[in-house]
Amino acid sequence: MLEIRNLHASVGGKEILRGIDLTVNAGEVHAVMGPNGSGKSTLAHVLAGRESYEVTAGEVTYEGKDLLKMPPEDRAREGIFLAFQYPVEIPGVSTTYFLKAGVNAIRKHRGLEELDAIDFLAMVKEKMKLVEMEQALINRPLNEGFSGGEKKRNEIFQMGVLDPKLAILDETDSGLDIDALKIVANGVNAFRSPARAMLVITHYQRLLNYIIPDYVHVIFDGRIVKSGGKALALELEEKGYDWLKPEADLAQQTVA
Amino acid sequence: MSTSQKTIETLANQEYKYGFVTDIEADSAPRGLNEDIVRLISAKKNEPGFMLEWRLKAYRHWVKMEKSEGEPKWANVKYPPIDYQDIIYYSAPKQKTDGPKSLDEVDPKLLETFEKLGISLSEQKRLSGIAVDAVFDSVSVATTFKEKLSELGIIFCAFSEAVENHPELVQKYLGSVVPYTDNFFATLNSAVFTDGSFCYIPKGVRCPMELSTYFRINQADTGQFERTLIIADEGSYVSYLEGCTAPMRDTNQLHAAVVELIALDNAQIKYSTIQNWYPGDKEGKGGIYNFVTKRGKCVGKNSKISWTQVETGAAITWKYPSCILQGENSIGEFYSVALTNNYQQADTGTKMIHLGKNTRSTIISKGISAGHGQNTYRGLVKILKGATGARNYSQCDSLLLGDKCGAHTFPYLEVNNSTSQVEHEASTSKIGEDQLFYCKQRGISAEDAVNMIVNGFCKTVLRELPMEFAVEAQKLLGLSLEGSVG
Repeated sequence: MLEIRNLHASVGGKEILRGIDLTVNAGEVHAVMGPNGSGKSTLAHVLAGRESYEVTAGEVTYEGKDLLKMPPEDRAREGIFLAFQYPVEIPGVSTTYFLKAGVNAIRKHRGLEELDAIDFLAMVKEKMKLVEMEQALINRPLNEGFSGGEKKRNEIFQMGVLDPKLAILDETDSGLDIDALKIVANGVNAFRSPARAMLVITHYQRLLNYIIPDYVHVIFDGRIVKSGGKALALELEEKGYDWLKPEADLAQQTVA
Repeated sequence: MSTSQKTIETLANQEYKYGFVTDIEADSAPRGLNEDIVRLISAKKNEPGFMLEWRLKAYRHWVKMEKSEGEPKWANVKYPPIDYQDIIYYSAPKQKTDGPKSLDEVDPKLLETFEKLGISLSEQKRLSGIAVDAVFDSVSVATTFKEKLSELGIIFCAFSEAVENHPELVQKYLGSVVPYTDNFFATLNSAVFTDGSFCYIPKGVRCPMELSTYFRINQADTGQFERTLIIADEGSYVSYLEGCTAPMRDTNQLHAAVVELIALDNAQIKYSTIQNWYPGDKEGKGGIYNFVTKRGKCVGKNSKISWTQVETGAAITWKYPSCILQGENSIGEFYSVALTNNYQQADTGTKMIHLGKNTRSTIISKGISAGHGQNTYRGLVKILKGATGARNYSQCDSLLLGDKCGAHTFPYLEVNNSTSQVEHEASTSKIGEDQLFYCKQRGISAEDAVNMIVNGFCKTVLRELPMEFAVEAQKLLGLSLEGSVG
């Protein structure tokens, strides 16, 4: 579904991604881990199409299409979803209203009829159960006054409603206590299917106890330096990231 | 320039679609202002003596004002000096007879203009149940539903008609809320006003339909000076809508109107405006100067006056729809959305003057600045000594789009009674790139995102508008903001 080849990207003139190679197939859950500043979030934002992130080299193919040529709205309409690490607030616009606009934009893109308010609300009620969402919360202006946990649940709720093919979860576990984490993980797990793929970006192994990945990749200094199965995550938990540094230097030399 | 900015700017550049000019013969006075012109205007309108006298008093007062301090300069707006002698003060479309007795007699070209503006004076509007009075340049063209309304005793007609047919009412109330000495532009208006709307709702009558007036300036170099007077007698209710457009021109045109509202005991007046005067081009050339005096007096006990305005046009907007809360328990409300884009300037707000006991006022002002627009809120809450138990709530919010615009707030609170309660809240926010990206990442285009956010911002004001107007207002906000995301 997603193929990334030699992706280089900069932010503010500074190169963060230095040659990412990654293949994600439908039905797979890939975890991406790494120390702070390694480029995890950058990867997420580059895939979503954020303008302030400049791609300097490489290709990304999504379902056979050149992803980098597509504006962010189109990427979303083609089925890419990013659960933000720090979701922003939009005063005056309720989550319900916001999502309806998104759902209908995506449906229009796919040649489907737009949903009216009644059908939309019926669909939403189903999805609310996934993350134990309360009606009151989604009627409030988007994320306004939400706690960290509520914001993250809201992201997963939106994912459920928008029904993407590729979901990128950017440190969805950061700032969550165990209970909130379990709710979010349940929502994500309920969403797994052979037709969908997920990229779970996380700093800590803990989330991966609840969302069991098929593959684990470690990003270090803008490159994927090691890939493995779920056991790799446990190894990192035990040893930290430092032991990977020689591997990273080796990878750099190989490229150079 | 970021891709999102480019995408928006290359969108169908929605031109001000009301910018067309109607090619029609006009009967115009010579340029300039002097006593003769004032007399000419009065004569053209066949006015009784008291009206001419009032105009002349106003004109002489204006001349004095002009010679001494001249125009007031305290507003937060900049414009080159106006040459009052370079304006035509009277222009009327030439009609076949002296005045239309029915729509069939109105010049079809005029009707066409109004059709283009979406203001149908014909059966279509009849079906939607809104009574429309249309003012084209200086003349009130036609009023629908007159017969229906007159059955209820409601008078809704052109101001000039009211002077002719109901002089006692005019004489009693004209200038009672905005005296001719009030301010420079009101004084000028009092001397040279040509037409406007007049409305009288008799005791206990609830006006069954929305009354609406549409103003259009067509002739070049003319000023538009309308005078509107609405009187709601005891226990009555009326909802009144005002819409305005003007053609695109290189030069600026002056619009100095005066609106007076009077609500007697237990009466209510709801006055809504959607102002879409030509705002000038992207470089700030041309556009209407909208210098208006609007004031309502809650004369009676338990009376209520609400002003709701959506100001998106005009090169410069300078107006403070206000309420004088004289009657006990009277209520004044002001809901406003003012938008400035490109090089528009706005200095607008309200004055709530609490005189009587237990009076209440609510002010909700939403300012949106985009492009190089400068938006100023200026509000006065004045509570006089005798106003026991007065309550006021004010909320002024500003939204900035981009980093070249400005939002300013000047709230004035003068409280002279210790039993009163005054609350004021203000906020300033920006539509950031991160909010736009959040929307885009959910499949929503940038323009839809901006519209959504702006509408969310204006929600509390837009819901005060009568339904048809609310839809129009939302569309207008969207149109006025094109190319503004940055």
